[in-house]
This record gives sequence, C-alpha cells and structure tokens, in this order.
Amino acid sequence: MNNFSYTRAGDVATAVSEIARDNEAKFIAGGTNLIDLMKENVARPSRLIDITRLPFDKIEENEDGGLRIGALVTNTDVAYDEQVEKRYPLISEAILAGASQQLRNMATTGGNLMQRTRCYYFYDTATPCNKREPGTACSAINGFNRIHAILGASEHCIATHPSDMCVALAALEAAVRVTGKDGDRAIPFAEFHRLPGAAPQTDTNLRADEIITAVDLPAKGFAENYTYLKVRDRASYAFALVSVAAALEMDGSAIKEARLALGGVAHKPWRDAEAEAMLNGKEASKENFQKAAEAILRDAKGFGHNDFKIELAKRAVVRALRQASAMGEMGKRYDDKLHRTADKPR
Amino acid sequence: MNNKSDGEIVGKVPTSGPAKRSITLKVNGVEKRLEVAPWTTLLDLLREYLDLTGTKKGCDHGQCGACTVVEGRRVNSCLTLAIMKDGAEVVTIEGLAEGDALHPLQQAFIEHDAFQCGYCTPGQICSAVGLMNEGRAKTADEIRELMSGNICRCGAYPNIIAAVQEVMRASAGRAKR
Repeated sequence: MNNFSYTRAGDVATAVSEIARDNEAKFIAGGTNLIDLMKENVARPSRLIDITRLPFDKIEENEDGGLRIGALVTNTDVAYDEQVEKRYPLISEAILAGASQQLRNMATTGGNLMQRTRCYYFYDTATPCNKREPGTACSAINGFNRIHAILGASEHCIATHPSDMCVALAALEAAVRVTGKDGDRAIPFAEFHRLPGAAPQTDTNLRADEIITAVDLPAKGFAENYTYLKVRDRASYAFALVSVAAALEMDGSAIKEARLALGGVAHKPWRDAEAEAMLNGKEASKENFQKAAEAILRDAKGFGHNDFKIELAKRAVVRALRQASAMGEMGKRYDDKLHRTADKPR
Repeated sequence: MNNKSDGEIVGKVPTSGPAKRSITLKVNGVEKRLEVAPWTTLLDLLREYLDLTGTKKGCDHGQCGACTVVEGRRVNSCLTLAIMKDGAEVVTIEGLAEGDALHPLQQAFIEHDAFQCGYCTPGQICSAVGLMNEGRAKTADEIRELMSGNICRCGAYPNIIAAVQEVMRASAGRAKR
C-alpha cells in the first residue's frame, strides 16, 4: 500500500469540498474493493475520505411511491430489508448471489456501484492495462480473456463490470442520486456506468466532485415475475460468467412488459430496448424467448477464450425468462429444481 | 505515486508518513486506546499490536475468510482499516470462551473433527457465530451458502456443517424451552 492520509467527513459539504480539491483523493466506505486494490498497488490514493458517518444509512419511501436506498446501507441490509424483499425481490436475489456474507456485511450500496472490474490484467501491475494506465495497451484482448466482455467492448478495453446488484438495478430502471459542487442530480441507471470506448479508465459518469447519496427505486418492482440467474464457475462466492436479471409484467400467459439486463458480459449492465420490445405483448413461449435472446446477443463478439459466453448468455436468457414467466405456476417449482440441480452439483 | 522499476520515485512522496491517530476499540470486552497509522488493517492491529494471533491472515484480500471477526456482524478484518473503526466493538476467537468453558461452536468443532490443519478454524468459528446471530440459515444448504466466504483447503466442510448444525439445533431447543 502507498502512503496516504486519512480524513473523516463530518458532513456532505465537507466530503464534496475535500474530494474536489484533491483529484487523487478517494472516498471510502465499506472498503471491500478499494482496500484490496490499494494492497495490489492498483489504487494509490493520496488520501482517503471516510464517509461512513454521513447520514446516508436509511431505506425510506421516496416521493414517487418507490424506495430510496441510502448510499451507505450495506448490501446485507438492502437484501434483507422487508420492503425490498416484498416489493423488489429481484434486488435481494441479485445481492445474495454476490460476494460472501462477510463482504455483504461491509459493502455499501454506493460502493457496489463504484467497484472496479476484476479483469486479471487490471489487477496485475506488471502488465499493460488501459484502464489502470491509460495509453499502455489492453493485455486481455490477445491474452487470457475467458471472463471478459462479449458486448460493447472496444479495442482499448474488454473488461466487464462485476456487480450483481447493478444488473438488477438496471433492469428496474433505478436512478442514482448524487450531490456535488453544482448541487444535486439524479442519474438514470442506464447512464451511470459507461462503455469503455477510448477512455476505459473512466467507469462511470459521476463527476470528480460528486458523491452518491442514494439509489432511488421506481414504484414498479416486478415482484410477481422475476428471476436473477447467475452462471459461474462454482456454486457460491464467484463472479458471474453470465448473469441475467429478468423482470416481467404478465397478463395471463402474455407478457405486458419485459425487462432484461445481462451481467458479466459488458463494461456495464447490458440492456437492449429492441430485444425487450420483441417480448412486449407476446406469449411467454420458448420461441419468443429464443428470439429475444438472439436479439440481445446479435452484436456479441468473442475474443477466443470467452467465445462460449455468447451461447451461454443466450441459453441463460431463455432460462431466466422461462423461470420468471412461470412463477406462481407449476413450472416455477420445476424450473427452480432444475436450476438448483444444475447450479449446485453435489 | 509510481514506483518505477529502476527505483526512481515519481510524484509527490511525503518525507514522513501521515501522523498516527488515536482510536478506542473494545476488543473482547476490554477497552483499548491505540495509536494507528491510516493503513493499518484491523487484522494487523489484532495480530501485531494486540498479540491476538488467533485471527489468521490467509489471503489478505477478503477471499478466504480466515481473518473473520465479529464487529457487530462478521466481517473480513483484512479489508477493514482500524482507523475507521474508532469506538467499535470487536470479538475475536480469543473472546468466545468463558474462562475454561469453550463456546458451544468451539466444542462442536472438536467433537465433529471439523478441522485438520486448523488455519481456517478461527475464521470459520467467528463466521458461524455471525451466521447464528443473523438467523438466516436453517438447512445444510443454507449454511453452506452463507458460510461460502470461509474457505477450508483441507476440505473439512462436511464436518464444519455438522458442527454448526448441531449448535443451531441445540440453541433452537433452548429457545423453545
């Protein structure tokens, strides 16, 4: 770890002014990702601004009939919150699919949004990486890229965003509330994270002087028909190779509204309006699910080791949609059983 | 600050480290006043400054769970900066027994032969204490899932599950009475 100084922010205004006057400073809350990166010499902040005593630790009703999750609410407290479990079970399911209970007890909502990729080259300071050292190279494109992106990548970076929670938040169209020197704003979830393009060092559209204060969940939680399906190398405590958040509003056996977000496949949770529109007003059938899966992966490109993800993602989309649409029916139990058997071999 | 390979140091390097800061920490029920540098982790503080070496350093990256302690809830002490925990209460493996009477989980780990090399055991037991406080796991599957942050390279998992289950059953029985 490098030498750094430590300040504890007593209020939001201080936190904002402290971060604005030092572009090598970083906020710290749960620290589960940042301290790890500091130990690896990937993050070398000049100072840490401890924000854990700021008043962002509550889950409250927001003015639109949804919920406002404070940026400092831990992953555990969100996942097990009674209102979240009841109204947004997709979020609980996604959070509990990620990390370990120890990490979820520490990690915060805001920090989950700000976590960095787990690309091995990003972590390995002996190799070039455009995200870590802009202008060097992407070692993954011609290297080991089994865990890397198949959608939205660029010649500069093929890293993926590692979060599970963010995939659910993308599907539910949450908004990220931030405050900075120019005041407050709400960033639609789809615009919070960015694609790598020519500037992979920048993960999000958060400005340098801004702090996340909360995540707003819209009133519509898709609590009846939803699935978070995560495919990974071991049954628990591993990052997604591919994950799917599927949220459906059903009208009998027809789909009124579909939301689909993919994790583990791109630099941000992947949504596709065209694929979702193909499902709206259609019967919940395997053929229609298959078409949507083909649509959402239509521009997918593998880099060798991760070619398998394209077919894997298609199948995961179909299965997630089957599970989500069949909830409350016989099919749900059947699919759940299938899911368990397939994901947790013993 | 970049430390170039030839030893040349680029960027602004403070001539001396930032000042240590005084914090108060209650460890296993005893209040301690400590001077800590910003980068001292709770794990290093416990082991190097307080000689509580029961808590183990495994991966030092939050991946293995050997450093698990209970700070209200179970956490990875290797990813916790001590300076941020001013005023906190921490329970380590050394704080579980009451005198010579082992904690039920410690006793059950012995009876079920739930370890071989023993290196992960303090973390496993502290994690299981947290698991029981949370009250979310009922079945063996749920215990496995919620204990997945503790790796045992000897592979003692079946016996660890059995030990945890036994203590859970016993405490559920006590609660009913």
